[in-house]
Amino acid sequence: MGNFMNLKSLIAAAAVAIAGTAALADGHEKTKVGFVYVGPIGDGGWTYEHHQGLLAVEEEFGDAVETTYVENVPEGADAERVMTQMALGGADLIFTTSFGYMDPTINVAAKFPDVKFEHATGYKRADNVSTYSARFYEGRAVQGHIAGKVTKTNKVGYIASFPIPEVIRGINAAYLHAQKVNPDVEFNIIWVFTWFDPAKEADAAKALIDQGADVILQHTDSTAPLAAAAEAEGVVGFGQASDMAAFKDGPRIGSIIDNWAPYYIERTRAVMEGTWESVDTWDGMDTGMVEMGEMTDKIPADVQAEAQAMMAAIASGEYHPFTGPINKQDGSVWLAEGEVADDGTLAGLNFYIEGIEGDIPN
Amino acid sequence: MDLSAINPVLLIAALMVAATPILLAAIGELVVEKAGVLNLGVEGMMITGAIAGLAISVETGSPLIGFLCAAIGGALLSLIFAVLVLYFLSNQVATGLALTLFGLGLSSMMGQGYQGVKPPLTEKMNLLGLGDLPVVGPILFGHDWIVYLSITLVIGVWAFLKFTRAGLILRSVGENAEAAHALGYKVNLIRMGAIAFGGACAGVGGAYISMVRVPQWVDGMTAGAGWIALALVVFGAWRAGRVMVGAYLFGGITVLQLNLQAAGVAIPVEYLSMSPYLITILVLVLISAGRARALGAPAALGQTFHASR
Repeated sequence: MGNFMNLKSLIAAAAVAIAGTAALADGHEKTKVGFVYVGPIGDGGWTYEHHQGLLAVEEEFGDAVETTYVENVPEGADAERVMTQMALGGADLIFTTSFGYMDPTINVAAKFPDVKFEHATGYKRADNVSTYSARFYEGRAVQGHIAGKVTKTNKVGYIASFPIPEVIRGINAAYLHAQKVNPDVEFNIIWVFTWFDPAKEADAAKALIDQGADVILQHTDSTAPLAAAAEAEGVVGFGQASDMAAFKDGPRIGSIIDNWAPYYIERTRAVMEGTWESVDTWDGMDTGMVEMGEMTDKIPADVQAEAQAMMAAIASGEYHPFTGPINKQDGSVWLAEGEVADDGTLAGLNFYIEGIEGDIPN
Repeated sequence: MDLSAINPVLLIAALMVAATPILLAAIGELVVEKAGVLNLGVEGMMITGAIAGLAISVETGSPLIGFLCAAIGGALLSLIFAVLVLYFLSNQVATGLALTLFGLGLSSMMGQGYQGVKPPLTEKMNLLGLGDLPVVGPILFGHDWIVYLSITLVIGVWAFLKFTRAGLILRSVGENAEAAHALGYKVNLIRMGAIAFGGACAGVGGAYISMVRVPQWVDGMTAGAGWIALALVVFGAWRAGRVMVGAYLFGGITVLQLNLQAAGVAIPVEYLSMSPYLITILVLVLISAGRARALGAPAALGQTFHASR
């Protein structure tokens, strides 16, 4: 009996070998861009949108670029092998598109100083490592507002992935704005400790619905929670990371769309023109990196109008979703009246705001 | 915290649904391993069954035909494995891994046109009209037919291995293939049948995920269920009943921890999620420490057999 636990690594290693040989097959006048994905490109959410970015790069530059990608790369040591293979295969620019690739990216980048790396949603940079992320919490604030308005049971279910600042920001932003329009609203939060596991995501959605939640928010990558919501009566949800338009006639009443394409095109161009520099990008609704998908009729017209107004205010910089007064969960003051959260605090956010029940797991 | 929000009846019903895919795959793999073959391709067969079942049921509108084709799809895929290991004497571990890789790729290709497509509804049954009874209704009588199929299969496999002559022969092939061969039993044919049965079970298990539990097609949606099924066989010490206990325990912990979280109970989620794997590792350690026989591992497990030897 072999050791099961190593099998996934073996599979990943084999996948890398395949990708590697494909990448070695040509000369090197083209700019080679590699993408490392945490899920499959067909997840309909997070990885799907990154892959749309890859396709946009291909369309923009045509024969001048060559793209390569590896799907389903586990966060951890496997990711390092995948990135190393890509770099050995002649990649000029590598996008690593999940938080858990942070240390692997830094490690591999140190070994290949001539290769440029771009890590999504992390905070560690180097001379050849940039970071980029989107202000998803801006979209979450709008979602929270809508959720607070449309819930009838006053219970909102939230499927969270990992307890990292990005996810906690989303929960806080959504709760803050739900509670502003509906003081009775209650958030039930489930941590599933995975980005992509449709069965587990569906189970989590069902558990929340069984306990009375009628709005489901998710911070995981697949469309399974929406499918689970479709099974139940009177439950609505939102597309996450991608529009998830297939559920428009069902439970999906809106969505947050991550639009990476302009960024990927810009960064690829920078490599081609030799102007690439290590930067930290954190864009939101202002640049269109965070988009909101079409709202459906299940949201009353006045609520839709309020949401639109909020989006416009956020995009113009007039309104920041984290504007005081906001207290921390323990009741101590986080932001005083009129005070706006600074990016440093937001980037490392590790506490719930007042009113959210439960603890953040370690 | 609001424990009263958890409805134990719904919880148990949900647990059975969560456990069914891994139970089906594990009971199939149990038979394969009892015949002395280690097929690590369970994940690949499950995901192939998942897309085959969903695609066919969408095209025909019939969940029944979908599940049937999922079984056939899983069995066909497992037969590739069977021919390679039984007749070309390839290494079982490597071939099984290859089967998983192949199944993941094949399903992804087959699934291209089915992303986000909803399969026809597999109706929940109202067994003997008792589904509306309080408490026992939803738990015992209110499931879809696949749940009952999985339980029937467990009982069937247990009875087959314990009481029938055919079951005895299958076990003898798994314990000592040379001796079984000397007695005139067709080792490869028996193993082939076991592998196909395992493939069919894994296929139905996969289809249950794509057609009932989630229900839709997403690339890579089995997300490791096949490996859990493999671990369950070890965990259950190659006994049908214990495999079922293991599957329900696993499904139970999964569903319970989600419900506890939803109710706001502060529990160490990561430890609870980890526990089934920890127990499996413990069992594996016991096995590698030479206690495998005591635990009931078939003696010829993983060994290639050729009549000339």
